[in-house]
Amino acid sequence: MSESILQAVAPAGSPAAAANATASPQRPRHPLLRSRAFGVAPLLLTACSGGVLDPKGPIGDAERSILLNSFVIMLFVVVPVIVLTLAFAWWFRASNPRAKYMPDWVYSGRIEFIVWSIPALVVMFLGGIAWVGSHDLDPWARIESKKPPVEIQVVSLDWKWLFIYPDQGIATVNELVVPAQTPLHFHLTSATVMNSFFVPQLGSQIYTMAGMESQLNLLAHAPGVFDGLSAQFSGEGFPEMRFKLRALADADYAAWIDGRRGAGDRLDAAAYRTLLQPGVEKQPRYFGAVESNLFQHILMQSHTLPAMKAQAGNGETAASAHMH
Amino acid sequence: MLGKLTWAAIPTDEPIALITVLVVLLGIGAVLAWITVKGHWTYLWKEWITSVDHKRVGVMYFLLGLVMLLRGFADAIMMRTHQALAVGGADAGYLAPDHFNQIFSAHGTIMIFFTAMPFMVGLMNYVVPLQIGARDVAYPTLNSVSFWITAAGMALINISLGVGVYSRAGWLAYPPLSELQFSPDVGVDYHLWALQISGVGTLMSGINLVATIFKMRAPGMTLTRMPIFCWTALASNLLIVAAFPILTATFAMLLLDRYLGFHFFTNDAGGNAMMYVNLIWAWGHPEVYILILPAFGVFSEVISTFSGKPLFGYRSMIAATMVICVLSFMVWLHHFFTMGGGADVNAFFGIMTMIISVPTGVKVFNWMFTMYGGRVRFTAPVLWTIGFMITFVIGGMTGVMLAIPPNDFLLHNSLFLIAHFHNVVIGGVVFGALAGYMYWFPKAFGFRLHEGWGKASFWFWCIGFYIAFMPLYGLGLMGMTRRMQHYDNPAWQPWLVVAMFGTVLIFFGIVCLVIQLAVSIRRREALADTTGDPWDGRSLEWITTSPPPSFNFSVLPDVRGEEAYWGIKQAALRARRLADKPVYEPIHLPHNSPTGFFTAFFAVVLGFAMIWHIWWLAILGLVGAFAGFVVFAWRDEDEYEVPAAEVAAYDEQRRAIRQSLVDTEARA
Repeated sequence: MSESILQAVAPAGSPAAAANATASPQRPRHPLLRSRAFGVAPLLLTACSGGVLDPKGPIGDAERSILLNSFVIMLFVVVPVIVLTLAFAWWFRASNPRAKYMPDWVYSGRIEFIVWSIPALVVMFLGGIAWVGSHDLDPWARIESKKPPVEIQVVSLDWKWLFIYPDQGIATVNELVVPAQTPLHFHLTSATVMNSFFVPQLGSQIYTMAGMESQLNLLAHAPGVFDGLSAQFSGEGFPEMRFKLRALADADYAAWIDGRRGAGDRLDAAAYRTLLQPGVEKQPRYFGAVESNLFQHILMQSHTLPAMKAQAGNGETAASAHMH
Repeated sequence: MLGKLTWAAIPTDEPIALITVLVVLLGIGAVLAWITVKGHWTYLWKEWITSVDHKRVGVMYFLLGLVMLLRGFADAIMMRTHQALAVGGADAGYLAPDHFNQIFSAHGTIMIFFTAMPFMVGLMNYVVPLQIGARDVAYPTLNSVSFWITAAGMALINISLGVGVYSRAGWLAYPPLSELQFSPDVGVDYHLWALQISGVGTLMSGINLVATIFKMRAPGMTLTRMPIFCWTALASNLLIVAAFPILTATFAMLLLDRYLGFHFFTNDAGGNAMMYVNLIWAWGHPEVYILILPAFGVFSEVISTFSGKPLFGYRSMIAATMVICVLSFMVWLHHFFTMGGGADVNAFFGIMTMIISVPTGVKVFNWMFTMYGGRVRFTAPVLWTIGFMITFVIGGMTGVMLAIPPNDFLLHNSLFLIAHFHNVVIGGVVFGALAGYMYWFPKAFGFRLHEGWGKASFWFWCIGFYIAFMPLYGLGLMGMTRRMQHYDNPAWQPWLVVAMFGTVLIFFGIVCLVIQLAVSIRRREALADTTGDPWDGRSLEWITTSPPPSFNFSVLPDVRGEEAYWGIKQAALRARRLADKPVYEPIHLPHNSPTGFFTAFFAVVLGFAMIWHIWWLAILGLVGAFAGFVVFAWRDEDEYEVPAAEVAAYDEQRRAIRQSLVDTEARA
């Protein structure tokens, strides 16, 4: 049902869909999510490079499409309403002798039917997009790929980002280096107040909450440097909670990991306590070794109920399981 | 003895705050001196401060809103000018992070709780009893207490400017940031106590108006004959009664965390901050409908009156209003899709949110068709209404966009969101409040407001709004989040400069409002409304004189259909004479009462003492506030009588004017 409705909006085989089909690995998506909204995208893009209208990954691509599609769909109602409002007001101005005065015209079943139907139909249509989009773009949903995902643990601190690479045994502060064209599987929590982890050009943000683990799956189509930030106000140093996400080609990424592993400081309990002090880090920091299970420790120290224990890494299960 | 209060609480190191405080104190001192010199104290005390007349209370509510609009706007223009400069590091711009964070927290709190709410509560207070043909609200003294308690909350927030600090945790004070661990000073306490106290006032006012609408309607005024403004007021006050206890309970839990070491929302000991976020929005989303529904009512009245037609689809409008009222409780989670609640949960709340746009869309269409076939007079209230219809449709569109969870994943907390809710709050609530202000002002004061300055104000507000907030939509798409004291992306700056100019235009709009009031008072003879019906109105408030007598109506109107006054007026015009002279009876009215004023005084004492941990003073405040009620409860007589002869004499005059109008109309 929804399939056919959605395809009516986004004809398969649009240039956008073709362009995306050749892109890097991604999970299967609805045709709607691959379209580029009637070609208005390029117009808006020129003004908005670097933002959410200039995505560099499949999640961001799909979300931008929904954004532009929902915008255009609603314009079909909004523009006529604005025009008619102005037209009615102008034509029926008191000083216009040609306008017919109908002082007792207060009801028309036909018009009532239409005015309830138009918004209802639009909402049914957009509701379908919301339902499909929510499921396809659930932050917990894994991105399909031949490559195994890179696991990254994210901790928001006052006021810096800590990134732990559990499989590589390294950690960084305020810089996130990842391989391009490889799924990124984030586990996120906060050591202090709530923040929201967001790389606008890759798509979906998600809250980091103390004592709770949230998850997010992203992917960068190609090597590049993208801004990352916190989208949830977290206190005095909030504007400095920014980082660069550097997506590297596989070989460069491997070389970077090799260079980092074992080099520099070790992120042990003492080093972590130093990081925990409120403050701003102007330069990225790197740790060549990480205390094992540090992320779990950060997650657990904030709460004690067994039911809250995060089931890290079981992908598609209900998100709410992690919340309570 | 004085708890945490020391001389260090005075912000001697913050010139902006200090100078503001001094100027405000000088201003207040000047006003008080003027009142003393002119000898107006007795008048003020008898006619306003202790008045329990719903009309006086309504005017005072609205005035409170206007004054706090200035305060909230001062915060706004500081943020806009600061952000226009703040490219670079923490020392960019002119506001330090500490100060900037207080300003955005205060701006939101003041604009919602102490500007928009008093505007709407004031209009409802003034208009609803008149429209349903009642002599007052159901509980007049409680009404006065509600107002003064709201004013007490406002006083506390403003005291924080000069004594201590205000909250830096945003207008909703999300924990854990608002917990003692991360906000140890008194800022959050100011926030919580101010809103706890004023929240009690709002709740009582809500109960009062619900009771008024259900129990005080004139004979024949069935629910489906009520003007649509009364319906929207009913929906709004039902929401107040249902939602404000949630706010009170939520803040009570946060206060327990902060004062007694509880762990409702803390990071440790099993606390869960997301529970707070759920609860605050379970209040917060109905709250936006509490504000917008009465505005919808204002627009409905204005567009019908000035189109010279009844409201199109009246019953459809009632249905739409009540559907919105119910649905507003089922959408709260859309404020935090990014919590990661799961696809089903997010999709459900997204779709519920969109469903609200159906009745809202119906309303817009019905306003359009009210104009269709009408004779639209482009007065200032009509300009606000048409400006609203266009602006609100755009805001509604961006709202539906945000209701789609994947869109929200991109735009949550961005300036796109800020633009969206200012789009609906300015375009809806503020335009509605100002339309209502210009529409009902002649009723309240007996003279119209100057049209030219009103229209000038509209154009500045409307164009200023677009210039101030359209760039914010763009900035949101460019990835700029809200609440940034500084930023390092120079590409954002030009947009923020444009937004700042928009804010300056809005400032001119506010200046025009002030000038309009001054000019209108000066020219009140020329602008006088001698008829009581300056706009050719359709509902009962226009049947009485402007301003109405303390008892509103000499005899309660006999309502025979929808648009009660329009029916009576048309019958008189057809018969070329008024209905027969009724039998006048003495009218009983409630005595003035200082209960509200004293309760509010002790509420300020209580709040201030709790904020600064001055326990003995808190007990004193609590006992004092309670004592006010005890004294009131022990009163001997609570009503006075207006003799029938006095009522008859008043009505004689009113009828003479009305008869002359009928004669004029008949000759024409």
